[in-house]
Amino acid sequence: MKKELRIISPTGHLGFAPMKLESFKIGLKENPDYICADSGSDDIGPTPLGKDSQASPVKWQEHDLENILLACRELKIPMIIGSACDTGTNRGVDLYVSIIERLARKHGLSKFRLAYIYSQQSKEFILDRLKKGIEIKGLDGRPPLTEEDVKKTDNIVAVMGVHPIIEALNEGADVIICGRSSDVAIFAAPAIKEGFPKALSYYLGKVLECASFCAEPYMGKESVLGIITHEDVKVKALHPNARCTIASVAGHAMYERANPFYEYFVGGRLNMRNCRYEQYDEKTTRITGPVFEPAERYFVKLEGAGKVGERYFGIAGIRDPYTIKNLDKVIEWAKNEVRSEFGKEGYQLHFHVFGKNGVMEELEPIKHITPHEVGIVVEGVAPTEEMAESITITATRQIFYARLPEVKGTAGGCAYIIDEVLKGTPAYMWTMNHAMQVDDPMELFKVNMIEIG
Amino acid sequence: MLAKKLKYKKLVDLAKTIRSKNAGPDLITFDIIFRQKEDYELVKRSGVINKKTISELFNIDESRITDLVEFDPANAIKFTIARKLPSGSPGESDTFGSQQYAPLYDLEIPV
Repeated sequence: MKKELRIISPTGHLGFAPMKLESFKIGLKENPDYICADSGSDDIGPTPLGKDSQASPVKWQEHDLENILLACRELKIPMIIGSACDTGTNRGVDLYVSIIERLARKHGLSKFRLAYIYSQQSKEFILDRLKKGIEIKGLDGRPPLTEEDVKKTDNIVAVMGVHPIIEALNEGADVIICGRSSDVAIFAAPAIKEGFPKALSYYLGKVLECASFCAEPYMGKESVLGIITHEDVKVKALHPNARCTIASVAGHAMYERANPFYEYFVGGRLNMRNCRYEQYDEKTTRITGPVFEPAERYFVKLEGAGKVGERYFGIAGIRDPYTIKNLDKVIEWAKNEVRSEFGKEGYQLHFHVFGKNGVMEELEPIKHITPHEVGIVVEGVAPTEEMAESITITATRQIFYARLPEVKGTAGGCAYIIDEVLKGTPAYMWTMNHAMQVDDPMELFKVNMIEIG
Repeated sequence: MLAKKLKYKKLVDLAKTIRSKNAGPDLITFDIIFRQKEDYELVKRSGVINKKTISELFNIDESRITDLVEFDPANAIKFTIARKLPSGSPGESDTFGSQQYAPLYDLEIPV
């Protein structure tokens, strides 16, 4: 049995911005056993999943894949990529597989085994589960999944745990391209496969998932090295100017999580309540004490997004102090004009008032403002492009014509950069943030294997 | 005898990091991290960061605060709120939830 396992994490979100190579190359001299990188995020909003598109240019994704692939083939170590192409849909997995094939040809790489794991689910399948009475519970305060939610959805992915990745490794995969996967799982899987304790393996995943975000000072896209033994996890910053400190590593545990003490995945959760952090050396922090708490039943997280409608944007600037003072009346006027033409329902119209509460909206504590100018972004969403455009241009134009009794500037109530509205990407919405019960953690995932080179 | 006058420091002057970010599509989580253990302990002991303060500051019902945690290993206090709409929905303006922390700056901590 191996005494320790060393994993490089080169980037927290593969392709979102190109990974930095200096620290990566330093890492390659540290005798890594694996290189693992996650490509997914639900931070990017529902559009990439709903539309089945990507959040980043393919060129950046290729850049990262190329650097990781070449390093792994040279060192003869496996690479594992999670949540291919931001969302982990089958299209994303297929794209990454084709990129790997192309890169292998380009560099004349000798034969290797590539596993790709699908995680996309069809609406029919989920509806069928609902009909059979399988529990699909809402996460983060959502109610249980309904048929209506599924019907509003365009694309669904299930978030895999370590199980399909371990299967791919057991079958001898050199490169693994995962559909949607838990960030933690892509690092935990090789450690569990190699016989390390589950608690430490999952912690290793937890600490490595965002690469240099667990180090300080703040720098993105730099590599870090995780080392697991049977007693502890160590994490080392690889950039010459970065360190993994007790504060930076512990601080990372709470990043993007509601609660810093628990991390959930298929088959259980990691309890970090009694984690101990020690400064091991200047660049390395040592962690002991995480606990793995197995779940009684398997639940797999489902993510789904669906189209709400076509979308246009209009932009209007206001400088007149009287108009700014009476902004709510201006917006009400514009809304009424749209209502009288298009009725009250069947579309959405939003006014984002930058300079007032455009960023925080209802959470904004400052209710009374006296800026010298404000910018209004009008957002119109409707079933057809034509209607979305009409609604948005009506609302934006009516800011110009708003009737305020005392206004002195009677030649036009706002300034336009351009007197037109701009076509936006259609509007999407997260329709699923749920967890579905399964009998087998492999049930929603399919591991495929091909030979390349 | 005059009561001893309380002195205050603003949270922004005590904390190293005050940030907000999505925790999944339905939640926004806020992290307040201190460089010095003493500053962390001071704010923790003051009890100023509680559900009532947060709900007043952001004008939300206390039931929307899903977590409030003091996290000793990182010298940090964090809380999480439920979004009104999932991230990136039409009408919603901060997809990453990354600009919602500013009102915390001016919280007054008795020193």
